[in-house]
Amino acid sequence: MEKFTKINGLVVPLDRANVDTDAIIPKQFLKSIKRSGFGPNAFDEWRYLDHGEPGMDNSKRLINKEFVLNQPRYQGAQVLLARENFGCGSSREHAPWALEDYGFRVIIAPSFADIFFNNCFKNGLLPIKLPTDTVEALFKAEAANAGFKLAIDLEAQTITQPDGTVYAFEVDSFRRHCLLNGLDDIGLTLQHLDEIKAFEARHRAAQPWL
Amino acid sequence: MSAQTLYDKLWNSHLVRQDADGTALIYIDRQLVHEVTSPQAFEGLRLAHRLPWRSASMLAVPDHNVPTANRAAGIADPISRLQVETLDANCKEFGITEFKMGDIRQGVVHVIGPEQGATLPGMTVVCGDSHTSTHGAFAALAHGIGTSEVEHVMATQCLVAKKSRAMLVNVEGVLGKGVTAKDIALAVIGQIGTAGGTGYAIEFAGSTVRNLSMEGRMTLCNMAIEAGARAGMIAADDTTFAYLKGRPFAPQGEQWEQAVAGWRDLHSDAEAVFDATLEIDAAAIRPQVTWGTSPEMVTSIDGRVPDPLAITDAVKREGAERALAYMGLKANTPINEISIDKVFIGSCTNGRIEDMRAAAAVARGKQVAPNVMLAMVVPGSGLVKQQAEAEGLDKIFIAAGFEWRDPGCSMCLAMNDDKLAAGERCASTSNRNFEGRQGQGGRTHLVSPEMAAAAAIAGHFVDVSKI
Ligand code: SF4
Repeated sequence: MEKFTKINGLVVPLDRANVDTDAIIPKQFLKSIKRSGFGPNAFDEWRYLDHGEPGMDNSKRLINKEFVLNQPRYQGAQVLLARENFGCGSSREHAPWALEDYGFRVIIAPSFADIFFNNCFKNGLLPIKLPTDTVEALFKAEAANAGFKLAIDLEAQTITQPDGTVYAFEVDSFRRHCLLNGLDDIGLTLQHLDEIKAFEARHRAAQPWL
Repeated sequence: MSAQTLYDKLWNSHLVRQDADGTALIYIDRQLVHEVTSPQAFEGLRLAHRLPWRSASMLAVPDHNVPTANRAAGIADPISRLQVETLDANCKEFGITEFKMGDIRQGVVHVIGPEQGATLPGMTVVCGDSHTSTHGAFAALAHGIGTSEVEHVMATQCLVAKKSRAMLVNVEGVLGKGVTAKDIALAVIGQIGTAGGTGYAIEFAGSTVRNLSMEGRMTLCNMAIEAGARAGMIAADDTTFAYLKGRPFAPQGEQWEQAVAGWRDLHSDAEAVFDATLEIDAAAIRPQVTWGTSPEMVTSIDGRVPDPLAITDAVKREGAERALAYMGLKANTPINEISIDKVFIGSCTNGRIEDMRAAAAVARGKQVAPNVMLAMVVPGSGLVKQQAEAEGLDKIFIAAGFEWRDPGCSMCLAMNDDKLAAGERCASTSNRNFEGRQGQGGRTHLVSPEMAAAAAIAGHFVDVSKI
C-alpha cells in the first residue's frame, strides 16, 4: 500500500448526499479479476453519456460535460469534497480502487458509510470526517476560488486552506499509523500468531462443530 | 458480570486481543465467498506466498454473474465467465468447498449459508458482500467486508475491527394483513434514514420479531445494511433451532444437544443497556413502496410521491428533486397510480421458499397485466427452486404469466443478462433502488413479494391487503 503523509491537492466538489458505491463504480466493471484499472470508469454513469462496458476505449465515449469531474478546472483533482453518507450501499472495494486509480488521495465529507470508510484506509485513500458546517464552508470557499487547493497533513491531522485557515481532523490512531507507514494489515496481524492459535484452540475445543 | 447485549456476547466470545485504543482482532468462524469480491483476495494470497488459515471455514458459490435461463449453454459473456471460472480454479487450488453453477445447492450466497446450516448461532460470519448482515438472524455476528479484509480473514482467520455501538429496534404488536418483514425493514429505514444505523450493530427484538419465521428474520437483518448498520441480529430461540436441525453443516446427534444448550444464552440480558433504542408499533405499518433512489425514500401504499417543495432541508430537497427526475415521477402522484413495466421477485432479501409461497398465493389463478412486459421469479437457490416445484408453485407462476428462472442474484443488481432498459419501471423485491442498480436508467421500486406479485397482476401498485 502506498504511504500517505501529506499532499497539497486540487479540490473537486461533488454536491450530492448519499453517493452510493454503485454510482462510484457500476456493477459491470466488477467483473474484472484485477485490482487496478478502474479509474477511467469511476462515476461512469455520470461521467459519460453512453453506456459503458468493460474493455471499451473510454477516450472514444461521449463525455457528459455537465458532470463536475469533466470540467476543465477540476482536472488533476486529488481531493474529493462530498456530502453526507458518502460510499453507502454495496461493500465493493472496487469503489476505493476506482477513486484511488482516478487520482484521489483524500475524500472529505460530513459522514461516510462504515464499510466504504474502512476500505479506503486499506488502499492509501484518506477519508476525513468534518462537521457539516465546516464541509459547507469548504464547498463555499471552493466555489469562490478557481484552482482551490487544500494542504492535508496526516501526521499533524490538519487541513489548511490557501488563506491560511486551518481545520483539525481526527483519525483512528491505528489506521493513521498504518497509512503513514504504508503497512500491510496481514503482516501486522500475523505478529500475533501465537495468540490467534491459542484462542482458536480454546474456541474450537468448546464448540467442536465449528 | 454486568448485563450484556447479544452483540456484547458475540463480540466478547470472539475477541482474540484488543489494543488500548480499542482496535481489536476478532476470530472469524465462517467466511462465505462469491466470485465478484474474491479474485483479488486470492491473488493477494498467492503474491504473498500465503495459504488460507483454515480452508474448511470457507464456503464458496458463484451467484452474481450466473445466468438464470438456459444454463446448459453456460455463461455467454466472456468476462462474467472468466470471473466464475476464476472462482472455480481458486477453490480447487486452495481446497475450498464450492457449490458450482450446476449444483442443486448453488444459489445466492446469503440464501445458501443458512440453508446449509453453514450459518450457526454464536458464529462470526463474514463475506465480501454487504448483505452478510442477513446471517445475523441466527444470533450470529455477521457483516460485510471489503476485498482486502477477505484476504486478511483468509490469511489470518481474524478481522481487525473496532466495536460498534449497539442499537435496539424493538418491534411490538401484530402485523396487519399483507404486511411483512420487508415492510418492517423499509418502515424502519424510512424512519431513521440510510445513515441512521451507521456505526451501530442493530438488534431486532420484540414480540413481532419473535413471531417472524427465520425467512422473515433474514429479510429484516438483510436490510440492516440499508439502514447503515453493518450488522443486524436477532436472539436465538426455538424457531432458530427448528430451522437449523438436520441441515448438512449443522452439528448432529449429541453435539446438536450440546450446541443448542449453549445457544440458548444468545440473547440480550434483561438489564442490558443499548446506546440507542427505537420503538416500532407493528400494527401501524402498512405495505411499503419506495418512490426514489435510496431505500429511505419510501412511503406506504396509501401514500403519495412527496413534493420536494415541501422539504425544508436543502440537501434533502435537492436529493428528492433529483430522485423524482430520475424516477420519472410527478410530485403528489398517489402510489397506487404508478404503473410498472417489469417485476422481479427474488434476491437475498426475498428469494426464499416463504417468499415464493407468498407471491404464488397472490398470483394463483390470476394473469399478469398486459402492460407488464416481464414478470420474473428467481428462486434464491437450487434447493428453494426444487422445494417450490415440489409444492407446484412454479406451475402457478407460469400459468399466471410469470417466468420461472434458475437461482442467482439476477436483476437485483443486473450483472448477468437480467436488466432493466433505460426508463423501465420495476416492482422489485430486492434491497436497493439506487440509480442504475437494475440496469442503467432503470427505475426500481422496492416492495415485498406479495406487493410485487399484486403489482404484476394489476399492472400498477395496489394494496395487497385489499385483494
Ligand atoms: S441478491 Fe442482490 S443484494 Fe443479494 S448478494 Fe446478490 S446482488 Fe447482493
